[in-house]
Amino acid sequence: MKKAQRGKKSKVVRYNRWGYIFLIPFISVYVIFQLIPLVSTVYNSFFENYRSGLSQVGPNFVGFDNYLKIFTDGDIWTYLKNTMIMWGMGFVPQILLSLLLGAWFSNKRAKIKGTGFFKIVIYLPNLIMASAFSMLFFVLFSEKGPINSILVDLGILQNGYKFLSNVWSTRTLIAFMNCIMWFGNTTILLMAGMMGIDPSLTEAAEVDGATSLQIFSRITLPLVKPILIYVMITSLIGGLQMFDVPQILTNGTGNPVESSMTLIMYLNKHLYSKNYGMGGALSVLLFIITGILSLLVFKITDKKEAK
Amino acid sequence: MEKERQGIGSRIKRLITYVVLVLVSMLCLFWFYILFVNATRSNAEIQVGFSPVPGKYLIKNWTKLMQGALPIWHGLFNSLFIASLSAILTTYFSAMTAYAIHTYEFKLKKYMFTFILMVMMIPSQVTALGFLRLVDDMGLMNTFVPLIIPSIAAPVTFFYMKQYMESTLQLAIVEAARIDGAGEFRIFNTMIIPLMKPAIAVQAIFGFVSSWNNYFIPALILQDDKKKTLPVLIAQLRSADWLNFDMGQVYIMIAFSIFPVIIVYLFLSKYIVQGVALGSVKG
Repeated sequence: MKKAQRGKKSKVVRYNRWGYIFLIPFISVYVIFQLIPLVSTVYNSFFENYRSGLSQVGPNFVGFDNYLKIFTDGDIWTYLKNTMIMWGMGFVPQILLSLLLGAWFSNKRAKIKGTGFFKIVIYLPNLIMASAFSMLFFVLFSEKGPINSILVDLGILQNGYKFLSNVWSTRTLIAFMNCIMWFGNTTILLMAGMMGIDPSLTEAAEVDGATSLQIFSRITLPLVKPILIYVMITSLIGGLQMFDVPQILTNGTGNPVESSMTLIMYLNKHLYSKNYGMGGALSVLLFIITGILSLLVFKITDKKEAK
Repeated sequence: MEKERQGIGSRIKRLITYVVLVLVSMLCLFWFYILFVNATRSNAEIQVGFSPVPGKYLIKNWTKLMQGALPIWHGLFNSLFIASLSAILTTYFSAMTAYAIHTYEFKLKKYMFTFILMVMMIPSQVTALGFLRLVDDMGLMNTFVPLIIPSIAAPVTFFYMKQYMESTLQLAIVEAARIDGAGEFRIFNTMIIPLMKPAIAVQAIFGFVSSWNNYFIPALILQDDKKKTLPVLIAQLRSADWLNFDMGQVYIMIAFSIFPVIIVYLFLSKYIVQGVALGSVKG
């Protein structure tokens, strides 16, 4: 198929300058709004440049001082830890739930009715405005909010629980919201992978008397491993960008005791206060981390396409 | 005997499956149900405690919100304007980029494709600082331009379009049109774009929704109250002294930002869910 197309293409060489012409909008916009900002971010990270009260400090060239400051004052480790904890707390239940649902939806012999409906419902939260969803959770889980009111009415609690004043309940809420918003997406991706498995493999295993749990762990799981890794790394990249939910839920403070402050919330603080040096250094570090993770994704998808 | 037991076993399994599926669905929908109920109740009713029955204050809450301090209509209009234009630009130009790389043979083609795939996952936050400085230098702070124009270069949308073209576009029709004397630009606009309609529809929805929901960059660029988009207004609502707020209004404001998307989604859900599965590369 591909070869046949190539053969045809050779006839149209004289049109090929149009390839460049059609690429002009993409390339020019990409260069202006992505590449130049990237270079400028890196450049800014080598300068001391911030406002202290009414006076402006810098810009003075300081080499790697901003990076040193970031690593030595220790905040970044706390925020990295917070981000990773909340990502992990959301990701583990998300992937388990997605594997289970994906296996059910893709199993043609189980003949589950209404899979179309369930898929639509579980994907829904992914499209909801994260800031509005967080604001909703903020009012629902406030001390006198509906959730506490329901829990008290049911006799589970005596008084309203201050969900947003305790470290672990705040983190759990954020992780829970991330899980709800993303498990539908993951389920659909995993399901697409599971549908691609040759049914004769599972049928042969069934004839040999394997239980459905064995079939799942010995056949399905190893075969969807590439997609699983892909989902995990892309989710990790997304997790590092965690911002809207904790920002709105905690009003940008990351409280209690900054335990739900994420890396991008920290960056946002610097951007807002116009501390370009520190903000730049933090951006570059985040760029390097996501760049490495992206390369991994690129390698995986490349392999998938080669097949 | 043996067969009967198996039948019961599988029936129990099915029952468990359905129970879990219903519970999971409730986990997704429960919050929106409370939102709906509370948006229809008055502040006094909400303060007393939760009741599962909707109230009668929906329209009153709505008119109060409209008369309140937050420029809701402006927010809605701004969000709609930015999201619609972004969706149009992102689909049209991503299709154009994909068409360039799919149809033509040129020296840098391979490098371009690899480059776009490599930068696909890089989040906009890490270049936000340079982006803001650039926007400031261009005098575009507090305008919609920096929220709309960058969507022309959208690697993820490009990748989807490219995948779609590989599976559907026959180059023979392009050649036939050339023999008929049509120019390349015209071929793209009058033949390729209509052929790409299904892919464009799916990506237009995704483009619209991601722009509609975008909070990080708009919050740093838009300063005038009348220029703010809905997510920025919601954040403002959060940082206000919300204890003194009329909770009915708070709920209806959240409902106002969430329910339009849900309603559109219900009409288009089939295509969207298919689109996610087909794209397979999507944040």
